[in-house]
Amino acid sequence: MTPLSAETVPPSRALAAPAAPTSFAWLGVAPFLAFAVLFLILPTLHLAVGAFQDAEGHFTLGNIANLFQPQIVASFWVTIKISMISAIGGAVIGFLLAYAGVMGGLPRWVRPVLMTFSGVAPNFAGIPLAFAFLATLGRTGLVTALLFNVFGFKLYDTGFSITTYWGLILAYLYFQIPLMVLILVPALDGLKKEWREASDILGGNGWHFWRHVAIPILWPSLVGTTLLLFANAFGAVATAYGLTGSGINLVTIMLFAQIRGDVLHDQNLGYAISLGMVVITVASNLIYIVLRARTRRFQ
Amino acid sequence: MKRARWVSWLIMAICTVYFATPLLCTFEFSLRLKRGQYSFAAYENVFTDSRFQETFLYSTILSAATIVFGTLLVVPTAYWVQLRLPRLRPLIEFITLMPLVIPAIILVFGYVRIYNSSSILPMTSASWSTDLLLGCSYITLALPYMYRAIDTGLQSIDVKTLTEAAESLGAKWPSILFGVILPNLRVAIVSSAFLTFATVIGEFTMASLLDRPAFGPYLQLVGANRAYEPSALAVITFLITWGCMGVIQLLGRGRRGSISASAY
Repeated sequence: MTPLSAETVPPSRALAAPAAPTSFAWLGVAPFLAFAVLFLILPTLHLAVGAFQDAEGHFTLGNIANLFQPQIVASFWVTIKISMISAIGGAVIGFLLAYAGVMGGLPRWVRPVLMTFSGVAPNFAGIPLAFAFLATLGRTGLVTALLFNVFGFKLYDTGFSITTYWGLILAYLYFQIPLMVLILVPALDGLKKEWREASDILGGNGWHFWRHVAIPILWPSLVGTTLLLFANAFGAVATAYGLTGSGINLVTIMLFAQIRGDVLHDQNLGYAISLGMVVITVASNLIYIVLRARTRRFQ
Repeated sequence: MKRARWVSWLIMAICTVYFATPLLCTFEFSLRLKRGQYSFAAYENVFTDSRFQETFLYSTILSAATIVFGTLLVVPTAYWVQLRLPRLRPLIEFITLMPLVIPAIILVFGYVRIYNSSSILPMTSASWSTDLLLGCSYITLALPYMYRAIDTGLQSIDVKTLTEAAESLGAKWPSILFGVILPNLRVAIVSSAFLTFATVIGEFTMASLLDRPAFGPYLQLVGANRAYEPSALAVITFLITWGCMGVIQLLGRGRRGSISASAY
């Protein structure tokens, strides 16, 4: 999983452009551009082009059509559902947590603790996070045992398993919630005191303030960040792999197996799956960027 | 207002339980290797495992290389964009954000296909060149944070004046970059270095698909074969993550716009 950072694109300081940049000035960024071409652009392009080719290299739409076989559609769908639920859940809980920590009238020490933890937790992801949840809610996990010993409650009789759907979502929330807090706290800070005062003076109560002032201002960053969390969960591999092995038919897990050993027996179908994933992450990031631009106007 | 505070405490409490429980459980679980008593035996097993030492060393060296070469790639670029090519800024920023948009598994899929042993640049045909490829993929992963941290650092110093001052004292490009600009970016560079380390040390997907003996794949292997050692490893990685982030927070204190604020 990758913590995301599209949030702060610092405004460029107005630097007087040099009178006449020599025509070789671009050479200064040439190594960087070469690196980007080799390790970002070419690999992605290769997959995108391959998605429209057959094994002999002829143009075809067959791979894209093949994406619609039930097994692949199902894996895309389950990945989308898990990403969506963990994103919305992370956004709602993260919002409540950020609100409680920043505006909830708690002692002053709460905020730095919350922010520090939120900075660390998204980086505690992947295989170790899977281990932690297995030790907690796995079949022999401590909480599972406690629930049985103290309440006589057999968690695994309810159909719950940490290695399935809801277990994975529970684990994803561990990095989704803090990520939401990190991105949202600056937005909450951007709510000017004067707005609340104005609302109070006009006779509004807390509900009125949130309904008519804060939420309308915050919603682009709320929705935008939710999309960011969605893309974040959608591309995640390691947590799911560590937790479930190949127990859940996630599209990333399927692609992982495909890269390892061509389990689909069709290289170009693998490319098409990649293209499908990129289309989804690009789309959600694009909406994020558009919404982000809307929030800026108020700040 | 009193009611609101009560609700805030409740939210805090629930979230604290959610976030603390897995950590406490993992720690407790890691102590249970010996039947009937708590011991650090699982940790002993981990630390004395030669595979642990080898893979941890491998990932440490690789992340050090990632940090050094990533910094050498990003600092001159960000500096040059700021000083001479401000018009390229949107393009460069767009490129540095690409790794956040394109999932790592897609990138590594592309690498495996275009750098395979029958391509013009057969990077996966020898283990040293695969190490190089993995290093480059880690630079790619770290690019968003590195670039942002260093670019923010550059904006907080007056690049133009510093450069002109150095030039008028007769400094050449290398000494401007290494003698003037780099030292002024210390905090930004160290912050991005620790963040990179925390990201790279346990990275699984890329290392596993490029089939390198890194710490992430080792973690997965232990997880599949052992009971208590995975918890010990999770505790160890969590402490490493906390250590790295702690350093960043300390460095960032009092400096707005440092990595802890800008990375997300």
